[in-house]
Amino acid sequence: MKKYICGICGYVYDPDKGDPDGGIARGTAFEDLPDDWACPVCGASKDEFAPE
Amino acid sequence: MKNIYSAVRVTDKVYWVGAIDWGIRDFHGYTTPQGSTYNAYLIMADEVTLIDAVKAPFKEEMLSRIKSVIDPSQIKYIVSNHSEMDHSGCLIEVVDLIKPRKVFASAIGVKTLKELYHGQQEIIPVKDGETLSLGNMNLTFMETRMIHWPDSMFTYLAEEELLFSQDAFGMHLATLERFDDELPQSLLEYEAATYYANIVLPYSAIVLKTLGKVTATNWKIKIIAPDHGPIWRKQLGWIIDLYKKWAAQKPTNKAVVLYATMWHSTEKMARAISESLAEAGVKVGLVSMNDFHRSQAAYEVLDAGALILGSPTLNNNMLPQMADVTTYLRGLKPANLIGAAFGSFGWSGEGVRDLEAVLKEMKVEIAAPSVSVRNAPNEGALQICYDLGKTIAAELKKRLSAN
Repeated sequence: MKKYICGICGYVYDPDKGDPDGGIARGTAFEDLPDDWACPVCGASKDEFAPE
Repeated sequence: MKNIYSAVRVTDKVYWVGAIDWGIRDFHGYTTPQGSTYNAYLIMADEVTLIDAVKAPFKEEMLSRIKSVIDPSQIKYIVSNHSEMDHSGCLIEVVDLIKPRKVFASAIGVKTLKELYHGQQEIIPVKDGETLSLGNMNLTFMETRMIHWPDSMFTYLAEEELLFSQDAFGMHLATLERFDDELPQSLLEYEAATYYANIVLPYSAIVLKTLGKVTATNWKIKIIAPDHGPIWRKQLGWIIDLYKKWAAQKPTNKAVVLYATMWHSTEKMARAISESLAEAGVKVGLVSMNDFHRSQAAYEVLDAGALILGSPTLNNNMLPQMADVTTYLRGLKPANLIGAAFGSFGWSGEGVRDLEAVLKEMKVEIAAPSVSVRNAPNEGALQICYDLGKTIAAELKKRLSAN
């Protein structure tokens, strides 16, 4: 599973870690994140992310 | 007299050429009772360079300070470390006026400046770690995304061992003294903490990472020149340590009791909770939103271990003052807090329920049951408030000993 980087703030979404604070379990692929998921650092939407 | 405003010498080659805004009180919702400064810096290298600019109405003050050193048309490069309007408001006008050879910003800075000013002027993106030769001197850029905007970057001038840190290490303080050693330390600490709490706090994790990144460069830093407030030339270690402490957000033995009141009932409850906390040896910040500004609440929360929120119910909602301050605090993302909610009500009592929801959204661990009182609290109700204070105090002590 690929890591994705936020084009606004540089946060990296790592599927191996998930986003526990955002209720995203470890092992969740970026593609499987809900559409309303937002960057935990700056709040950017999913479409601001690109593969790292 | 043709040039009232003079530059202030920072080093042999670097001058402060910013502006002093003695009158500003509302800085996008953060109250600034001591005004502010917008700091711009002139580097007298072979290629004369201007670092940042000032807010639009202060263009002439900045140009006047530059003129005290050099004809502004001699400026060859301009670097924009941060594109927020208090540092870029006059940038495009200044570019048109002095026609520098090149203007630089981070890649996101370029985009932001275009979207803010819609100008045709070319702005060249610089990369993280890139070095720019000024002939006899060199600038190195470091992206500092989200400290405190996505475009933000530091610029390091190796030959003068000087770090231009844009908003990091800044404060809103209008003074003619330009250096840290010319001002009382308690004032510096208060204003730097207030600035951190109101501007930088949400990005504390990035602050810690960035401090590590700066350390890893092995840059020698003798001076930190921020975009607001005094220049650090004596107490660099002290302010960096404060940033480390504030960014770590460790639990402390301090509770903030933050409330608003209609007919003094919620106030009486707040006072009982505060007295109980103090009696148990906890430091208390008691902040009434009827009387204080939200930025004062942010300052108090910065070094707190507990946040206790109180509100009456007005038309089935919390009081608007509490909605204001809790919206503000939620955005600032204070971490590692425990808390509770309290308040009085007339007939329905949604205020306390709303505050509990806010605490949960802020990831504040609720450490005591809420206290809700119909109309005015009697002795028994105040005793329950007093007990709430004791419960929070005990929980704070437990967390402190665990750390």
